[in-house]
Amino acid sequence: MTVKHVLNDQLAMGYAAGVLPEAFDLVVAAHLSLSDESRALVNSYEAVGACVMEECDSVEMSNTALSAALNRIKSADTVTPKAKPTGVLPAPIQKYVGGDVDQVKWKPLGGGVKQAILPTDGTAQARLLFIPAGQSVPDHGHRGTELTLVLQGSFSDEVDNFARGDIEIANEDLDHQPVASMDADCICIAATDAPLRFNSLIPRLLQPFFKI
Amino acid sequence: MARSVKSSCSETDWSAKIVLVRDKRDEAAFADLFAHFAPRIKGFLIKSGTSHTLAEECAQETLVTLWNKAHLFDPTRASAATWIFTIARNKKIDAFRKSARPEPEDLPWGPEPEPEQADALVLQQETQKLAQAIADLPEKQRDIVHKAYFGELSHAELAEKTGLPLGTIKSRIRLALGRLRQTLSE
Repeated sequence: MTVKHVLNDQLAMGYAAGVLPEAFDLVVAAHLSLSDESRALVNSYEAVGACVMEECDSVEMSNTALSAALNRIKSADTVTPKAKPTGVLPAPIQKYVGGDVDQVKWKPLGGGVKQAILPTDGTAQARLLFIPAGQSVPDHGHRGTELTLVLQGSFSDEVDNFARGDIEIANEDLDHQPVASMDADCICIAATDAPLRFNSLIPRLLQPFFKI
Repeated sequence: MARSVKSSCSETDWSAKIVLVRDKRDEAAFADLFAHFAPRIKGFLIKSGTSHTLAEECAQETLVTLWNKAHLFDPTRASAATWIFTIARNKKIDAFRKSARPEPEDLPWGPEPEPEQADALVLQQETQKLAQAIADLPEKQRDIVHKAYFGELSHAELAEKTGLPLGTIKSRIRLALGRLRQTLSE
């Protein structure tokens, strides 16, 4: 699939090195399931990681380590390849939801917009967003980084139009108001490493209740 | 004076050993892989701030996973060291989190004995160039690259600061991308 908005080097390297918070890992893994270009980028930073690993000094394993491993592989069941899941949500997200879109436990945010927070460790937070066709989410800015990946439909904001597979990487410089296109309801996954900064009073007051 | 690459990034036979594990369930090949990679994984994890005990466990887990997931190894898409690095990285993260690390969907692949050899060789050469380019970095820059992978830089500090040989990385990316497109259109 050809996706227009892909990862930057910083996120690709962070994912490859394994230093991103879980919520970011989740959005990136879902995006990689949809974009060859980003997958190639991450693979290459993983190759860099392998070189770093190879340059480290070896530390001897215990005497029994190999025989323990041999015992384990002899008794292990072979993992069978997973069938590629079909549906709106890529496999990494389906693992968190326990199924596809019909299994998501949505909570209304007003104006037909719904969200579902996914359980992740660490400082960043991941949530699925449902924006009815033609609707907008409140105008907001960011204190940290916000990653938004489109899974169904598309949205437009001050930057561009984003369709399935596209990832928008927003930082502190961007104030935006995403609007779902008229032709389909939009479903996205978004991850933030700091609470959003809303530009109008009402969403700001609601923020503590909705954890956005 | 260029530093030499002391790594198996530059050798071809590790991929072949994983293919033996994959296709023949070859225990001798597994033992060779264990002897080479387990101590390096352990060293890398200790550098990344893991305790000796956990590093030893993760290194063993990594090699057992290599055996169990060998059917997913495609030597034309990743070198042995790269594939093993990703497994070790995931083991480390899983040890610190409640849930397993999110991973992208597995790519489909089918056995294709003829092109595999040549493609794997090109990938190997490209990986060797990358290893040499990293080894040739000035000490200070190389140190920053290492720190990035040991988890000593925040994700805001990555990439911009590291001074990685981006030209070499870009050519590795083009190769990987060409390979992905080829596989997916089959």
